[in-house]
Parts: sequence; structure tokens; C-alpha cells
Amino acid sequence: MPDLNKIDKIIKSYENTRTPLIYILKDVQKEYGLLSDEILTRVAKKTAIPLSEIYGVATFYSLFTTTAKGKHIVRCCNNAPCHVKGSKEVLDHIKSYLGVETGETTADGSFTLEFTSCLGLCAVAPVMMVDNEVYGNLTPEKAVAILKDYKMKGTSNA
Amino acid sequence: MHRIHILIAMDAHTISQGARSIKDAMSRELALAGLADEVRVVETGSLGIYDKGVVLVVFPDGVYYVGVKMEDVSEIISEHLIKGRIVERLHYLDIPTEEATMGDKSARIGKQVRVVLKNAGVIDPESIEEYIAHDGYEALGKALTEMKPEQVMEEVKASGMQGRGGAFFPTGVKWGFAAREKSDEKYIICNADEGEPGTFKDRLILEGDPHAVIEGMALAGFAVGAHQGYVYIRGEYRMSINRMQKAIEQARKHGLLGKNIFGSSFSFDLDIREGAGAYICGEETALIESIEGKRGEPRNKPPFPPSVGLWGKPTIVNNVETLANVPQIILKGAKWYRSMGTENSPGTKVFTMVGNINNPGLIEVPMGITLREIIYDIGHGIPEGKEFLLAQLGGTTGGILTREHLDLPLAVDSLRNAGAGMGSGALLVVDDSQCIVDLVKTFVEFFVHESCGICTLCREGNGRLLEILERMSDGKGKQDDLRLMEELANAMLRGAFCGLGQAAPIPILGCLRYFRSEFEQHLQGACRAGKCELHAENEAAA
Repeated sequence: MPDLNKIDKIIKSYENTRTPLIYILKDVQKEYGLLSDEILTRVAKKTAIPLSEIYGVATFYSLFTTTAKGKHIVRCCNNAPCHVKGSKEVLDHIKSYLGVETGETTADGSFTLEFTSCLGLCAVAPVMMVDNEVYGNLTPEKAVAILKDYKMKGTSNA
Repeated sequence: MHRIHILIAMDAHTISQGARSIKDAMSRELALAGLADEVRVVETGSLGIYDKGVVLVVFPDGVYYVGVKMEDVSEIISEHLIKGRIVERLHYLDIPTEEATMGDKSARIGKQVRVVLKNAGVIDPESIEEYIAHDGYEALGKALTEMKPEQVMEEVKASGMQGRGGAFFPTGVKWGFAAREKSDEKYIICNADEGEPGTFKDRLILEGDPHAVIEGMALAGFAVGAHQGYVYIRGEYRMSINRMQKAIEQARKHGLLGKNIFGSSFSFDLDIREGAGAYICGEETALIESIEGKRGEPRNKPPFPPSVGLWGKPTIVNNVETLANVPQIILKGAKWYRSMGTENSPGTKVFTMVGNINNPGLIEVPMGITLREIIYDIGHGIPEGKEFLLAQLGGTTGGILTREHLDLPLAVDSLRNAGAGMGSGALLVVDDSQCIVDLVKTFVEFFVHESCGICTLCREGNGRLLEILERMSDGKGKQDDLRLMEELANAMLRGAFCGLGQAAPIPILGCLRYFRSEFEQHLQGACRAGKCELHAENEAAA
């Protein structure tokens, strides 16, 4: 059971902001990595916003998550501008390298693979985002090489 | 005093190509060479050159270098800065110029005009002094000291500017709706929730010239009687958020936001609100719901936001590009604005060219330019000798244009007649190696992902369309499928709750209209482009 007291502090920091729920959830997720039931219950209690409403918000926006994710989040775009530049082949190679489908986390917990909608980097399509970094002009080989780099870094840190 | 300035484009495109480390290396090596006092390295917004790696310009020479790699840094310093010899290997000549005139057909880049983008790539966006040096905040000063709010509104009305977010509603008219409301508080919101696939103009305006947006918002606030504004930026645009935050703080420090601006009785302040990943929040009432800390689901209209908006108060929601146009309209006048573009679509438009095109990127051109001019003159045509198949204008909700539309002038009325619209200004070019069914599938996948789910037609309709398309590309399509798709798409067009659901079927119907035979071919088990599963199965069988 994580220490939930930090939630109270986060909520307090927004006392001068009108309707700050989305900001609160962002900061809470940054602190705890996810928005679990117990976390949301605490937010509801402290903000006096109904839990159902908070859960509705937490599950509406794609940057929020109610389940645990891998160490790195890989977000691939397959919107039309990336698609016509070969994003499907890139995605297929990433899937087979990681051994997961979109929406899944690798068995070792190092990567979660997700779709993203357009990131506005279409002049260097196809693109993907790993955590907060964006990578453009991808080829299947280049994409896999980038992920291998992340994996190497991960093991050296451990 | 610095003898030389090096401008390095620092936008999300170039950063993804390593611009940050090039800048650091440049500063480091300049210091080592003892040139730190003579040469200043300045970060700027997009320089209008894409797909060419890291871009920098050496001033006063005006020499553009592209594809700059770490190992090139010392060469540029020793050759260009010390010996005065241009590094030809990296030299780029096809540069956009500010002076180019509209009518000049001889110059390729001459078709571009820079109004909204006049400062992007020219000034350091993190310096308010540089913005001020380029006539920045002069329009606000003029308005607050010489004009009445009604005069500001009338000028914008007379300019005929239409909202650049995609709906092209006359901006001055919208302001008028809020101005006549009696209320203790009104709000100005800048819609920077840019998410339409293929669009990144707002990001580059925010990253390249954030003060123009602030000034436009303050002018809007003065015109309608609002004292508080919000810039709603999508959460994924970290750099835009940071630049805008810095710009707001600078403007406050200079007394250009806050109380009694320019010694007048007008007070106006701004805050940023971040999105959390939802395309639908680009719809203005969904955006308002999101600022109110709720799910971004659209509201019933009417009432429209200029009457009942944020926290129930009169609210103007304008797009980034719209607001960035306002200072120049006030400074140079409605007549000047009308000298560009066409009678019914005055001004310029910022487009983002993406897809199968040689020279992708951001351009600003007068309204009324043709598709052919954009694709072949400015965009340098289709790569690898392939043929033009179609263009989709305005993002994934945009209409489909084919070869027969290449000479159509791109203006609001002419596009409407062709069943399309300018939308967000994204221009997706698709070559003939692409499969139509596969392409339409990506459109629908996007809508399935982004439908907010409150209305059945959009939530279920897109899901069922995807099912049909998937079985079609698996070779299991049924003869009745095309009729079914059309029926469903037409029902969504008429019956969905908001603009997203109503627009989702537009590109699908466009493709069914212009490329029907290709869908029929799939029903018979063949894919012209060889992109579908059924093609692979056919080959395996053969």
C-alpha cells in the first residue's frame, strides 16, 4: 500500500486554481505511476468530487492510466500521414521485437506498446514516442534499434 | 557586440533529429575557439525547412545549412566563421523569403507570404525584446491608447477574417456575439488543442512566435470586454507549453499582461490549461468542459459559447492561427488584410504538407492558390516517380480531392462546391502505390480511437465501419457492404451529436465516390496496390 498522504499535498497546491481536477490527476499519476482505485478514492474524499465523476475523467483521457504500465511506454502513430509513409511495417516489426500486441506490456515489464493519435510531427513521418522523447523518419530497423538502446540502458541501470 | 548570429531551429521536428545536442556542441566549440564573444547562438522556431535534419542559419550572411551533424560543427566554425568559406556540402538554397511577393510566379518560394509566420524562424521566441523589436505589442498599444473596443471589433469584422480552426466562421462576428452580452466576467480561450492528423501549424506558431498569440488574445479581450484568458494546449505539446509559459511570464513582467495595460483602464491576464490526451477537446464546448475539469464531451448547442461558455459565462474560443493574425490586422488595417487572398476568403492560410511529397512542411500562402501549385511548385511533387492519387485537405475529417481538382482554387467557397473544406489546413498527399481500402481503414481506426462515446452514431457507427473495412481487406467482404457503408456514413453525417461525428464519414464517402471501383475490386478478391491481406492470400494460393 503506497503512502497516500502526498495526494493531500498535491490537492492543496491547487487550492487557488478553479476546477483543477485534471491537473491533480496528472500530478498524482506522476507521483504514483497510475490512478488505482484506492488513489482515486482518496482524491474523491479530499476534493469532495464524486468518485464516479473522477473515475469518468481518469478513464476518458489517453494520458491517464488506471492500470500499471511497463517501464517505458512506446507510442506508435498510424494515422494517415504516418500510414502512407510506412508506419504499419514499423509497427509490425516493433510488435514482433517486443513480442506483444498494441495495448500490452512485455513479460519483463520493460515496455508497454500503445497507439497514439497524431503527434504533429508528420513532416518526419513515421514517428513514435518513447516516454517523452519523439523519434522521426523511422524505418523498421531504426525503430527496433532505438528500442534495443532503451533496453540496454535499462539493464545497465539495474 | 556580436559579429555573427547563428540561428538554430529548435522545434519538435529538429529536436527529434538532434538539434539540441548540435546547439550545445556549437556553443562548446565556439568557446574553445575563443569566439564566444563574437558569435551568438540563438534558438529560434521552425525555419520552414523540414525533413532535412538539423537546420541553422548564419547571419548576417543569411547562409542556410541543413542536415547538420555533430561532426559538421567544427567544420562550420573553422571554414565559415573563421575563414569565411561556405560549407557547400551542407548549404541549402531553396529558402523561404519574407520579401517574396504574391504575384511573382517566377519564384518558387514566391508563392509563399509570411503574415502569421513572419516572426517564426526570424526571432528568438523566448525573447520578448525581439518580438517588440519586430513591431510586437504595437497593435495592442494602438488599440488601448487610440481605439475603442468597438473599433477593434469593427476592424476585425471588416477584414473578413474567418476562423482558422476549421469552421471558418467570421471572427469579428463571433466577437460581436460576446461583446453584446452583459456579464460580470467573460473569457477568451485560445484553442491550441491541435490534434487533427497531419496538422502542426499551431504548434509551430506557439513554438516560433508565442507573443503574437498573447497579443491577439489581449486584443480580443479588449474588444469583447474580457479580463481573463486561457490557452488550452494539448498535453503532448510539451515544448509549446513551456514556450508559452515563459512568454506569459515575460509579458507580465513588462506590464503587457496584468492590470492597467499601457496605462489604460484595461486589465487582462492569461493562464495555460493543459489537455490530457483527447482529440475531441478541439471541439470548443468539449474544450470548455475539459477546462472545467470534466470529461471532454461536447455540449448541446445552442446556447453557443459566446453567450454561455466557460463556467457559464460568455466565452470566445479562437484558434491559434486566428489570434496570431489579429495584431497585424489592427496594426495594418482591414484593407491591407483584404489585399491578400480572394474576395470571400481574404488573408493567408497556413498549410502543413505531409504524406507522399518531396518537400513536406509548413507553408503560408494566400487563399485562392491551387492544389497543383502547392503540391508541384512548393512541395516539389511526388517522390520516387510515383503518380498523384489523391489529396485530403483539412485532416482526417477532410474531404477527398483527386486529379480533377488540381486546378481548383483553394478558397472556402470553391472547396465547399467540391464537397471539401480547408479544415485545419493539413494537406495529405497520397501516391498511387497506396491502397484506398487500407487508407480508409486508418481514417476509421482514428475515429474509433477518438470518438468520445456519448452518441451512438459516432461510437457504434465507426466501429461497424471498421468491421466492414477489415473484412473487405481480409477478402471476406460481402456484396452488400458498399451500400451498407454508404447508408451508415450518411446516417452519421446527418445524425451524429457533434462536428467530429458528423465529419468522420466525409472522407469515407469521398473515397467511395471517387474510387468505388477499387472497393469493388476488393470484393472480388484483388488489391491493386498489394497492401491488403487478401493479396497475400492470393499470392500464397497461386
